[in-house]
Amino acid sequence: MNEAIEVSDLEVTFGHGTKSFKAVQGVSFTVPFGQSFGLVGESGSGKSTILRALSVLVRPSGGRLQVAGGPLPLHPPKTFRRRVQLVFQDPYASLHPRHSIDRILREPLEVHGFDRREERILQSLDEVGLPRRYRYRYPHQLSGGQRQRVAIARALVLEPEILLLDEPTSALDVSIQAEILNLLSDLREARQLTYLLVSHNLAVVAHMCDRVAIMSQGKIVEVTDSRHLRTGTFTHPYSQQLWASSQGYFRDPAVLDVG
Amino acid sequence: MTSISPEAPLLEVEGLRVSFATQRGLVEAVRGVSFAMGREKLGIVGESGSGKSTIGRALMRLVPSPGVVTGQKLKVGGKDVLSANERDLQGLRGGKIAMIMQDPKFSLNPVMRIGTQIEEAIRMHRRVTRKAARAHAMEALLAVRISNPERVYHCFPHELSGGMGQRAMIAMMLSTQPDVLIADEPTSALDVTVQAQVLAILDDLVSRRGMGLIMISHDLELVASFCDRVLVMYAGRIVETLEASALSRAVHPYTRGLIACLPRLSEASSRLQTMQRDPAWSQV
Amino acid sequence: MNNARSWLLADQPASPLQARMGRFYTSWLALSANPLALIGLAIVVLLLLSALLAPWIAPRDAVYVQNLDGRLQPPSLLHWFGTDELGRDLFARVVHGSRITLMIVALVAIIVGPLGLIIGMVAGYVGGWTDRILMRLTDIFLAFPRLVLALAFVAALRPGIESAILAIAITSWPPYARLARAETLMIRRSDFIAAAIAQGASAPRIIRRYVMPLCMPSVVIRLTLDMAGIILTAAGLGFLGLGAQPPSPEWGAMVAAGRGYVLDQWWVSTIPGIAILLVSLGFNLLGDGLRDALDPRQS
Ligand SMILES: Nc1ncnc2c1ncn2[C@@H]1O[C@H](COP(=O)(O)OP(=O)(O)OP(=O)(O)O)[C@@H](O)[C@H]1O
Ligand SMILES: Nc1ncnc2c1ncn2[C@@H]1O[C@H](COP(=O)(O)OP(=O)(O)OP(=O)(O)O)[C@@H](O)[C@H]1O
Ligand SMILES: [Mg+2]
Ligand SMILES: [Mg+2]
Repeated sequence: MNEAIEVSDLEVTFGHGTKSFKAVQGVSFTVPFGQSFGLVGESGSGKSTILRALSVLVRPSGGRLQVAGGPLPLHPPKTFRRRVQLVFQDPYASLHPRHSIDRILREPLEVHGFDRREERILQSLDEVGLPRRYRYRYPHQLSGGQRQRVAIARALVLEPEILLLDEPTSALDVSIQAEILNLLSDLREARQLTYLLVSHNLAVVAHMCDRVAIMSQGKIVEVTDSRHLRTGTFTHPYSQQLWASSQGYFRDPAVLDVG
Repeated sequence: MTSISPEAPLLEVEGLRVSFATQRGLVEAVRGVSFAMGREKLGIVGESGSGKSTIGRALMRLVPSPGVVTGQKLKVGGKDVLSANERDLQGLRGGKIAMIMQDPKFSLNPVMRIGTQIEEAIRMHRRVTRKAARAHAMEALLAVRISNPERVYHCFPHELSGGMGQRAMIAMMLSTQPDVLIADEPTSALDVTVQAQVLAILDDLVSRRGMGLIMISHDLELVASFCDRVLVMYAGRIVETLEASALSRAVHPYTRGLIACLPRLSEASSRLQTMQRDPAWSQV
Repeated sequence: MNNARSWLLADQPASPLQARMGRFYTSWLALSANPLALIGLAIVVLLLLSALLAPWIAPRDAVYVQNLDGRLQPPSLLHWFGTDELGRDLFARVVHGSRITLMIVALVAIIVGPLGLIIGMVAGYVGGWTDRILMRLTDIFLAFPRLVLALAFVAALRPGIESAILAIAITSWPPYARLARAETLMIRRSDFIAAAIAQGASAPRIIRRYVMPLCMPSVVIRLTLDMAGIILTAAGLGFLGLGAQPPSPEWGAMVAAGRGYVLDQWWVSTIPGIAILLVSLGFNLLGDGLRDALDPRQS
């Protein structure tokens, strides 16, 4: 058993009857332990929904999910929760408005009975590059990027084995993005972590992931090696369109090359 | 539709300062920022937490409560925002100046359907019937490439994906037809295809309607290719102003560092370059 | 003094305790910046002090000892608030009556707040059948007209202050349950609850530590705002002779006792009436101030 994540024919339906909507329609992919897998694609194509299904926050309406070598439990025990952590897409909505940063990071440690909490909280703040003076602030006193770093720190503090990352760096400026991505790479090497990374930034996905799935309208249209992402060799027309759009806005993107 | 002469700057900012008197001491989010803007696309990039969103909120006079906004000049379309009273501001917001917030889903009303919210925004600024407003709203949703506007129209904000919420917010702000639009990370949750289409709409508004656009973004490549001018911010100040096409000729070490940190599709590397921040950058 | 202040407001508190104390202190600063809230607080503190120190402020005997020669005397230096129809000192009765008012307020708050909060939060968070059963129960209690149920209740038991309190409490919790449920339903959908679930927090923990802090302020505020109504209902029951029984110095009963003399000896019912009004107002102002101060988005 060396697949960390195994998704076969996953279907997720929201709503009932005539108003029901199939957000994910028969998605299959696997991620071996210690690898990272990228999900890119159309906005609204069900990427976040897949991550939510993998962390048992929404019930699939069909298909099979295996995480960490076993079928996904209906009511996952704490140990499962600790091993699989999710970084939410929206750093504004995913932090409790009345919990200080300290409380947000302490909460998971208390739930799982970790020791050396002080130390771990400070360490995780340092890891994501948040100054320690922010520790007792509330989320509304932080900028978008600062919140996103809190959300990442919260997932890392539990030392998970599988990390589901939903646009973890979309609100970060590129220098901090680089630090976070390096941190994630280092952690993966040190602890053999498995990543499932959703991002709209193809360069980030190409940098982080071994393989990539391209999604459109609830389906995976193509799974490919991230090498192909760099060169833009795709078979499906949607992927080709996506790649073409990533080359900058209208004008020639070459202006950015530092001479 | 406006009384401003085309030459006059749409936006004049001089010595803008914003500080939050938290009871644990003063947080200076913006420390003396000056710039002017015409009918152009102005990009703002900069360090996370450097005060970009706060500038946007200050221009709308929407800085939350302990925040204090001061400055020598803060004019939108020739109208002084600093001394405006709440009534004037109501007319100003939406009419002359609108902002797409960084946290789109957070700024939508969680218990109101998307369609109704867009309709209300339209009816607030234009005298139209409910039916016409509905048609406008539907059009606006289609314009931002929402593939299934009928469904989204009846959704609550929590039923949308990140990018759909962002586009709903954009649709709402565009339908009010402002003179100046502040877009705070308007496309961070959009895939590149939709992003290009949304940018094309914004571009259109600037070139055809003569709107002024402030685009706050972390995406250097996007800002370089989309905007006319770029302000680079660090620790509450503008450290550099550049023609977008000349980003590569930046001199400030922070800007140069940013360009170096970018992951690139064209080259694979095992580690990304990071930046050594010099405390001296926050001084002066 | 200065040291304590800087300890409380430290930018980097060294311990969670320091951070928590600091938070209390900042809430207090916000509250104290609001003059109306301070007036409300002052009135409530006055009520507390008068209840606590009643025997020292006015002798207990004066409450009950009748003096038929000194009936219906106007306020004077000897009897600050005058005397009632049985010649008892009104000042002593009002001061001792504050104990009864405080007891009503405290007991009702202790029963109603937590009961409504827990029922509402559990119904809203768990959902499904639990929700349906709990909400039908709430609806049943909500359907009873408050004063009528209180009347029936008091009539079935024996008239007395305890029955009045119980009756008020039993008829008052449903709106709190509804309030808490409505808020919980909205909170439950947010990502931060999903984040807590994904971390393995149990349902009771989420209700206690994530949902409750967000429901609490509105319940506390509603409770303080309702206090006025509760005091008035208690007074009303007293007035109807179903609450506190004579000779107990309950303010409502005192207003009722004096109603025959309003035109000529106004003080007999007006002074306890003013006491009711003042305390109601105090809780109301304090409730308003708390609403502003408890919201961390303000500080
Ligand atoms: N709770 C819900 N109720 C109804 N529909 C939902 C719900 N959550 C998501 N959806 C729908 O499911 C679809 C997929 O949403 P999802 O959030 O997975 O998209 P995404 O791929 O993450 O998009 P983005 O890149 O914009 O974040 C969307 O059309 C959305 O409207
Ligand atoms: N209410 C507040 N109280 C105290 N400090 C605040 C408050 N709001 C914002 N700040 C601080 O002001 C600074 C500027 O915040 P702002 O949101 O403008 O940053 P930003 O440039 O938009 O960053 P990002 O790119 O991460 O969104 C941040 O350091 C933030 O912590
Ligand atoms: Mg998403
Ligand atoms: Mg911002």
